[in-house]
This record gives sequence, structure tokens and C-alpha cells, in this order.
Amino acid sequence: MEQKISFTLNGKKTEIQVDPAATLLWVLRNKLGLTGTKFGCGTGFCGACTVLINKEAVRSCQLSVSDVAGKEIITIEGLGRNGKLHPVQQAFVDHEALQCGYCTPGMIMTATGLLLSNPSPTRQEIIDGLDGNLCRCGAHVRIVDAVETAAKSMKGGK
Amino acid sequence: MKNPDLSNPSPANPLEKSGLKRRSFIKLLGGGIFIFFQPWNPADLLSLPADQRRSLTKEYNAFLQIAEDGTIKCFTGKIEMGQGIITSLAMMMAEELNVPYERISMVMGDTDLCPYDAGTWGSQSVQTFGPAMMAAAAEARAVLTDLASARLGVPVTEMDVKDGVVFDTKNPAKKISYGQLAKGKKIEKRVDVTPKLEDYTKFTIVGKPMMRKDSRLKVTGEAKYAGDLRLPGMVYARILRPQSHGAKLKSADVSGAEKIPGIQVVRDGDFIAVLSEDRDTVDQAVVRIKAEYTFDELPVNDTNLYDRMVGANSRVEVAESLGDMEAGAKASDKIFESEFHDPYLAHAAIETHTALANLEGDKMTVWASTQSPFGLQDSIVRELGFPVNKVRVITPFVGGGFGGKAPHQQGVEAARLAKLVKKPVMVVWSREEEFFYDTFRPAAVVRVRSGIDKARMIKLWDYRLFYGGSRGSDAIYDVPNVKRTFFEQNMDSAPIHPFGTGAWRAPSNNTNTWARETQIDIMASAAGIDPLEFRLKNLKDERMIACLKAAADKFGYVPAKSPGGRGIGVACGTDAGSWVALIAELRVDKSTGHVQVIRVACAQDMGLSVNPQGSLLQIEGCIIMSLGYALGEEVMFEGGNVRTRGFDSYLIPHFSWVPKIDAVILDRKDKPPKGGGEPAIITMGALVSNGIFDATGARLFRMPMTPERVLEALKMV
Ligand code: FES
Ligand code: FES
Repeated sequence: MEQKISFTLNGKKTEIQVDPAATLLWVLRNKLGLTGTKFGCGTGFCGACTVLINKEAVRSCQLSVSDVAGKEIITIEGLGRNGKLHPVQQAFVDHEALQCGYCTPGMIMTATGLLLSNPSPTRQEIIDGLDGNLCRCGAHVRIVDAVETAAKSMKGGK
Repeated sequence: MKNPDLSNPSPANPLEKSGLKRRSFIKLLGGGIFIFFQPWNPADLLSLPADQRRSLTKEYNAFLQIAEDGTIKCFTGKIEMGQGIITSLAMMMAEELNVPYERISMVMGDTDLCPYDAGTWGSQSVQTFGPAMMAAAAEARAVLTDLASARLGVPVTEMDVKDGVVFDTKNPAKKISYGQLAKGKKIEKRVDVTPKLEDYTKFTIVGKPMMRKDSRLKVTGEAKYAGDLRLPGMVYARILRPQSHGAKLKSADVSGAEKIPGIQVVRDGDFIAVLSEDRDTVDQAVVRIKAEYTFDELPVNDTNLYDRMVGANSRVEVAESLGDMEAGAKASDKIFESEFHDPYLAHAAIETHTALANLEGDKMTVWASTQSPFGLQDSIVRELGFPVNKVRVITPFVGGGFGGKAPHQQGVEAARLAKLVKKPVMVVWSREEEFFYDTFRPAAVVRVRSGIDKARMIKLWDYRLFYGGSRGSDAIYDVPNVKRTFFEQNMDSAPIHPFGTGAWRAPSNNTNTWARETQIDIMASAAGIDPLEFRLKNLKDERMIACLKAAADKFGYVPAKSPGGRGIGVACGTDAGSWVALIAELRVDKSTGHVQVIRVACAQDMGLSVNPQGSLLQIEGCIIMSLGYALGEEVMFEGGNVRTRGFDSYLIPHFSWVPKIDAVILDRKDKPPKGGGEPAIITMGALVSNGIFDATGARLFRMPMTPERVLEALKMV
């Protein structure tokens, strides 16, 4: 049943031999060794597994790997450039927008997706954009602050 | 497949398990200066559940090492699960040793490297462990200064330390670093002194905001949680689960699962698991097992449980009896009786219980997301028959615990399977398993009968608590007649709880503070005075009073009688030795029953705050988490069948629920540090019920205060 599927992963052309029905989340975590993308529920309700597909934030637990054939995937590992943090990552560090950190990659990917489609969101738009991502530690206020900061610094040209 | 580095790649270390033997730690860690200390009060052991107790080393249970290269490490069985102790403990040590904070590392939660620790919970890490660790660090500094004095020929009294370098105060060019001093040494010392109260005001690192140590790893996805580890040949496992607690397996047909390519089925009595390299495959296989069960359910569900609690034949304990109830009633002009119902709550960390187990030779190593690595080690010893020196538990980063990861069944399951199949086995609980096997915060009923006299002073406080825990049940107000009675499980009666229960952030205090502070509000309203004023009038505790005033200040509080149509709620309480007061403003949508908390002001007195930055983060986290139990969280069940098994039915706080938060930590540099990880979580029940009352005149006695319940209560106004 396995077949070749190719896509761009964190800027690199990638081709793997895989069951096309395999869940993207587990393909990323197991076959491709990218464990920054987290499993939180497997049912689309927490957002811990969020990645960017063609610049849009999507829940990788809800996709089959065949859904991303030919597309461009960015995971938390592919966000920084040359050892430098992406502005959203940097803002999360500066605002201490995390505690246990388990929801963090999904939050950062969701926020990045949001800023790509809306570079100047209002605070309410940030809240709405992140509302489907769960954080049990209660880092919410700082996450919103961090996204506001990131929006500003990204506009200043990165 | 890639095999990322494991954080501790030596599971097959030939050294004997060193948990109890000082010598072997040293063998394992090389030379330098070692200071052993005992932060744990052995008496505290008695408060632990039996399965988490063990004969612990009486001598010491943590130590510091100044290595030959000058790096400084603290080895402790405590773990980091988001609460930030990896940062605050390192700060305390850096302070005492006078070294840059960056040079300190914490080695945590590894049963081979760290001495025994009962577990990480109850805000004890900074409060109890911290001062003991500082005393050990002071001892280390004394040893180092002695060595330096001998080497440099300068009397100890004329030496000082800066940035890890000991120098002659008269001639600072005469100096030697900690690393140079530790080189080639094997010095061991044990600190016996009870930690003294330090003069916290002279600190230069402790008490200053400090960014957490682990942020960078966590924003890049590099931080390794148990589920992120990989070993060659590793397989995923899913285990067959009953639908209901108390169900017994009658028969199981695994042929459907066996047909799936790549699946291995393992059966050991009633324990049936499917294994495969591929997580998707085990998910598919486990549902193909056809199993039949017999049921023996308790006749209890999420609606009738409160009546069942009150009607049960309980063990009755009078925990406090001050003055006289009859006299209190006589002295009262008005008497108020209320009954509060609080449901079961799930911990619902975003990381589910996870463990990777590997048997190499005769040694079992388990990497687990757990709050009690040593407890897991003990369980594996007990349940699987390994000698204790053949079990190593390592704790990578933990994705949230809140008390829910003190139980560690997943680690035993992974070890059991690794032993059976002789392969590394990864167990990652599904979200349903996580809800089903959670040890819930116990549901409880509180009945309060209280009275005030004509001068609006509280004269009577008769507090009866059914099946909740006692934490936070103190009256806190200055009342002459107080009785607190606890109704608990009677060993001869049917169990009240149909499933496991356990500690949930600030155990039981959320229930008790909700009931008390709502009752106080009811009395304030009946007395016709402002709820803040009523509290201040009836309090004697200066630190509580100071918190209330600080919170009012932060909030910009304008006194008014309740209900005043504003939606303002006031509440205060104590937890883990700390004091908190909060004031909230909320909006009630009378047509939908939806409650939105708009802003919250909080004042906390936790003694010295070691890392104010970290403390603020914890306070915010607490306030946000507490919105969940006040507004959305409730475990629904029928007998032993937990019906809420996902984030669609169990509602934890979302971004849109979050109010504006203004928190202030009272400046108490002169007071010893207290637990700061939990106090601010305790008041939201009362803030919301008092706020709803203030807005609408409707009073709720049942948590969570969902739109349906608010609408129901509005009809009664
Ligand atoms: S794991 Fe994908 S949404 Fe929770
Ligand atoms: S930081 Fe722990 S879940 Fe968000």
C-alpha cells in the first residue's frame, strides 16, 4: 500500500515511501524525526499538532500524508533561520509566553499562520485566531502579548 | 529513522543503582566537592499515599557538586513541569555561592543520578527544598573558602567571593577560582544544620526577575518530552481498556487485530496490548479487539452523587471546635444556611501520560512524564519484580502535571510490555485514556451554617465538608464559635468515588474557598454593607487584610452594596502558607446565561518571592486555570463510565475566556518564601458566584457556572 509522496518540508524537497493514509502528525514525528510538533488529542481539539501548509496553519493530526503531496510544509523546527529565532519564537521567549511548553510549538505555528494572513491583527483578532488552541498552564495573556510584539517586529522588516 | 540524542544516553550504566549509596554517586560523577543535604522533613512522608511512601534514605536526599571544571550542579529528584523551579532553584544556589546564574545546572528526576525524592507537588519545592539547598550552598562556599585560605595563605576572614572566584580583600589580585580549588579533589560534606532564616534583603540574584532557563528549547521544538524520545527498534503500544471502571474482562477476540500487517498482540492475563512501529497502526488495531465485560457498577452518576454523599454512612471527624455552636447561634441576629455542590475535575494536561521503556540486559530504564520518578521506580519494582537497583526512571521535560502525573500507571505499562517483548516500548495515552484514567479532583458537598450579629460581626461558623479535602477549609475570619466537621469514606461502606481521585492544583482549596467566600458574600449582602468592608471588619489576620487592600487598590475598587448591578466579586483565602485576595469584574448575558470575566486584580503575599517574574507567571496561570473550574469543567459519568473523554465535552479555558489580569506580589523580602505556584487559583469560584450575584441578584451553588445553570438561577430571582 505504501507509495512515494513528495512535498517541501522546511524548505527542503522531501520524498518518502509511506502509506498515503498515514496521519501527517505521526509521519512528521516518527518517519521524519520532527518531534517538535506535538500530540495532544488526535481529534482536532487542542492545536498542539499545528503546522503550516502552504502558509496556512493546519492541524496535522487531522490530515493524511497524501493531503500534503506537492505542498509546502513548515514545522516548528523550520521556522528559525540560520540559528536565529523567528520573530514569533523570539517574542515567546521575551514575553515568557510558556510554562510547560507543550502547547508552545502549536501556538507559535498558529500565530505565525495568523500573521501571514493578517500582518496587523487587533488584539481581539489574535484572541479569535488562537481560540482553538488549548494551553492548560494558563500562558494565554503572555501568548497574546507575544503575538502583538511579533506582529510589530515583523512589520519592521525582519 | 532518526534517533535524536537522549538526554541521558547511559541506561546501561554498569554502576549499581546509586539512589542510596553516596559512594556510587561520586563514582558516577567524578571528582570535585560534594555537599549532601536533607531538605525533606521525614514527617511529611506520612501525609503521602501509601504507594508513594518508601523507606527513604535518612541521611540526605539531594546534593550539590562543584565539579573539577568549576561547573556547579544540584542533583534532586524533583522535576520541572512548567512551574519554573529549574530556574528559581538555580537562582537560589547562584545567590549563595556567589557565582553567575548561568553556571548552575539542575539535574532533576533521574533515579540513578539523584537521591530519593517523594515527588514534586504541593508548592513545596521552593518553600522547603530551597532554604535547605541554600544552606548546603553556604556550606560549599565555606569549604571552598577554607581551601582557598590554605592555598593562598590568607585568613578566611579576609577573603570574599565574586563570580565564583575567591580573593583576598586586601589584595584582590590574590585569587583562585572554584574550579581550580575543586580540581583533583574528592571532598564530601554533609550539612546537618537546619536552614536558618536568611536575611533575604541582601540578595542580589534571588528576588530579581529572571527569565526562565528553558524557553529557547521550548520555542524551537528542541525540548524533549517523553514522547519525543526514540530508540532503535522502538514500538508503540495501545492497551485494551474497559469502557468503565469496575468492568471485568470476560472474553476477548484479538483475531481482527492480528490480521493487520505489522501488529504484534501481547496478552498477559487481562492485560492485552497491540504493538507496532507505527502509531496509526496500533490505533487501528486496538479498536479491532472484540472484548466482552461484566459490569458491577456503583449506582451513582454526575447528578445523584451529591445526595449520595450527604446520605452516606460516613466517617465523621470534628477537625476544629472553637467556642460553642449554640452560643454562636444565640449571639447571631441572622443565620444563613447554604449547600454547595462541586463536581469532579480532570487535570487535562496537554501532554498525555507518556513513557518509553527499554530493557537492556537485566536493567529496565523508563523515560516518563511523571511527577514522581521514584514512585514509578517503586511501582515497577513492586508490580514487575525488578530489584530496585535494576530500575532507572528518567524524567525529561513534563508537559504539565497539576497533580495528575503523580500517578504513573503508563510507566508501569511500558515497562511491563518492554519486559514481555524485549523491545523498547512507547506508551502514549490517547486523550480518552487520559480522561478515563485520570485521578479526578474529588467532588464534594459543603454545608455552611453561619450567623452575624447586629454589629455585622460573624458569630457562628458551622462548616461541614463531605468528601472534599481539608486544605483551605479554615474559617480565616475572626469568629468566636467555629466548628469544622469532615465526612469521609467509611471503610465499611460502599466507595463514594467510582474512580480514582487525587490532588488537583491546590487540592480541595478551590472547593473550600468557593464555599466560604460565597457564604461571606451572602452575609455581607444581608448585612447591607460592601463585601470588601464586611471582610475587613471580620478579619484579624494582618497579612490577609493587606492583600485585600492591595487588591482593591490595584482594581480601583469603589465600595458598594451587593447586588449593585456592576458584576464585581471579591474573594480571598490562604494556601500553601501564602495569602491571596482577588477582585473581579464580570458581565452576565441575561439572555444566554454566558458569563465573561472582564478583569481581575490579584494581590499575593508569599513571603519572599525568589523569582518575581516566575511568580507572576504562576499567578496568571492560576487565575486562567481557575476560570475552567468556575465556568466550564465538569466530569460527567454514569457509574464507572467516564463520559467526558475529550476537549469537546470537557471545557478548559480558551483564549476568549481570559480577562485582563493585574497582579501584584506584596513586597515581603523579610519573610521566608512560601508556595506561590497555587494560591491564586483558589478564589475564582467565589469571584464568579459573587460577581453574578452582584450583577443580577442570582446566586449559584453548583459549579461550574455554565450558561444553563446561570439561566436557571436567573429564573429564581
Ligand atoms: S493533536 Fe491535533 S488538535 Fe490536538
Ligand atoms: S504552557 Fe503548558 S500547556 Fe501551554
